[in-house]
Amino acid sequence: MIDHKIKSKAEIRAEKLLPGNQDFTTITDDIAGVPEQKKTPIQWWLLFGLALSLLAIFAGSVGFLIWEGTGIWGINNPVFWGWAIINFVWWVGIGHAGTLISAILHLFRQNWRNAINRFAETMTLFAVICALVFPGIHVGRIWVAYWFLPIPNQMGMWPNMRSPLIWDFFAVFTYFTVSLLFWYTGLIPDLATLRDRAKTNLKRKIYGFFALGWRGGNRQWQHYELAYLVLAGISTPLVLSVHSVVSSDFATSVIPGWHTTIFPPYFVAGAIYSGFGMVMTLSIIARKVYNLGHIITLEHLDKMAQIMLLTGCMVGYAYSMEFFVAWYSGNAYESFAFVNRALGPYWWGYWAMIFCNVVVPQFFWFERYRRHIPFLFITSILVNIGMWFERFVIVVITLHRDFMPGAWAMYNPTIFDVSIYIGTFGLFFTGFLLFLRFLPMVSIAEAKLVLPESNPHHGHEE
Amino acid sequence: MNTYGVIARFNDPVELVHAAEKVRDAGFTDFDCHSPFPIHGMDDAMGLKRSKLGYLIGVMGLTGALFGFGLQTWIHSIEYPMNISGKPFFAYPAYAIITFELMVLFSAFGAVFGMMYFNSIPRFHHPVFYSDKFSRVTSDAFYVSIEISDPKYNEQEVKSFLDKIGGTDIEVLKDEN
Repeated sequence: MIDHKIKSKAEIRAEKLLPGNQDFTTITDDIAGVPEQKKTPIQWWLLFGLALSLLAIFAGSVGFLIWEGTGIWGINNPVFWGWAIINFVWWVGIGHAGTLISAILHLFRQNWRNAINRFAETMTLFAVICALVFPGIHVGRIWVAYWFLPIPNQMGMWPNMRSPLIWDFFAVFTYFTVSLLFWYTGLIPDLATLRDRAKTNLKRKIYGFFALGWRGGNRQWQHYELAYLVLAGISTPLVLSVHSVVSSDFATSVIPGWHTTIFPPYFVAGAIYSGFGMVMTLSIIARKVYNLGHIITLEHLDKMAQIMLLTGCMVGYAYSMEFFVAWYSGNAYESFAFVNRALGPYWWGYWAMIFCNVVVPQFFWFERYRRHIPFLFITSILVNIGMWFERFVIVVITLHRDFMPGAWAMYNPTIFDVSIYIGTFGLFFTGFLLFLRFLPMVSIAEAKLVLPESNPHHGHEE
Repeated sequence: MNTYGVIARFNDPVELVHAAEKVRDAGFTDFDCHSPFPIHGMDDAMGLKRSKLGYLIGVMGLTGALFGFGLQTWIHSIEYPMNISGKPFFAYPAYAIITFELMVLFSAFGAVFGMMYFNSIPRFHHPVFYSDKFSRVTSDAFYVSIEISDPKYNEQEVKSFLDKIGGTDIEVLKDEN
């Protein structure tokens, strides 16, 4: 006999993740209510206006770049890779949290992900689009960017498939495509919900078109769930491979400071760290604006902070290991590269990175800070500032002083480096805000699975 | 006016699973259980076989990997041998990454488009959409549908059967003509 006064584990978990008396109806109403709003909140319009202005700056700067060439950037000899590659790696890194949350946490049956996975997946899509802009525009002659692709052409020319830059192209392209498929597959049942609740014929037709005629039958769920599980399974090695491949752009070179085997795991940990930072920033804003504090709860923020603590410590370990190996290898160039990072002319970049990525997450050992929303908001932004500096340290500080002192130079970004970077925020937020306005930001079907009554065997299993 | 089947509503996932077992045991084959989210244990309750989608994905993944490896080998050994720092033309360790990426890419296409194929979607017209109440199934309602194509189908018997096993809001699916 079950004593009904004793709550099952599933019920306790559900109370933390979905507090208050929520049932299937209220979950649908709360989540679907946001894209169905008649009146768009004023904050949305303000942010959207800002995002569009930044997008205009982006379009203007990229237009000028295409017209004039990459000479408008601050790149020089020896710093041939400047902000473009920094921003590319930074945005791809942010894009990692989406698939990590959707895929890896799905395989580990971490139900708490159900409130933030849609959010994180959407963030991934737009972050990867922003990332893909940079390799696209930095090639100089953009109109021949299709030379990346292994397609038959009249020149009889093929890309060098042994080059990490081509690996990178394949990895990021595959990552984007698989993330898009994963995101859309997750959306199908929710689009059907929006279709069935639509008040106007036009909305019903548009949502209905993308819902593909979903009718929630178990004969459909059966294949759907298997497809979703397999997507999660194949995305898990994929997400770990993407930043490993990005890191091999650096690690396969012979530059002191880049030529290390620690790069792939260190890049992946950093990517997850920054991605969770961005999910945190965005979800704190969205739960505030749309009053979804009972669906994206403190419990979720707490768990994200714990993952940031873990990955923050991993990158901290990597930073110290790099120094150790530089000393232990006895290689003069390698040792100099690292001393130059900490004490050279760009010392401030290095210490900004250490402060944001190693010192700041240490507060997350304490529950008080993991549940303090203003603190979380500020730290989540510091995390991404820190991760931007990490890539600055790796790219600029390493390149500006390599082997021969005669070849050393300082690097200064120009206004166009800055404007294109700022502009990608316009691209990112325009897309993201449109998503918030028209699509459910939390997976409606999956949020219900957190409720114990969604499992017909609950009460029997404990 | 044509009829297409009968639907009946059940209150929660537990009732729906029990109803599915009874419908299965009564010998119906062309029926479905509709719910806002996937229900654990429903495949057994309905007597469904394991989805064959996994085999399709496996074949697609293998195709992707062979295509990736074959493409790189063909480019560098046959079509366009490029001598870069004297590295071997058939540099198979360097092919590992693109082989892997294409395996994942093809498997993902297999998973999503295979799921659509097995589910026969997109399909925008289906008899269940003739019912107005049925639209709540994507929010908070649980339905069993038995279609006219079932060999045991008899409208009156199906209606009383669904009523007996606890279904409410029993409705015959009819088009509007």
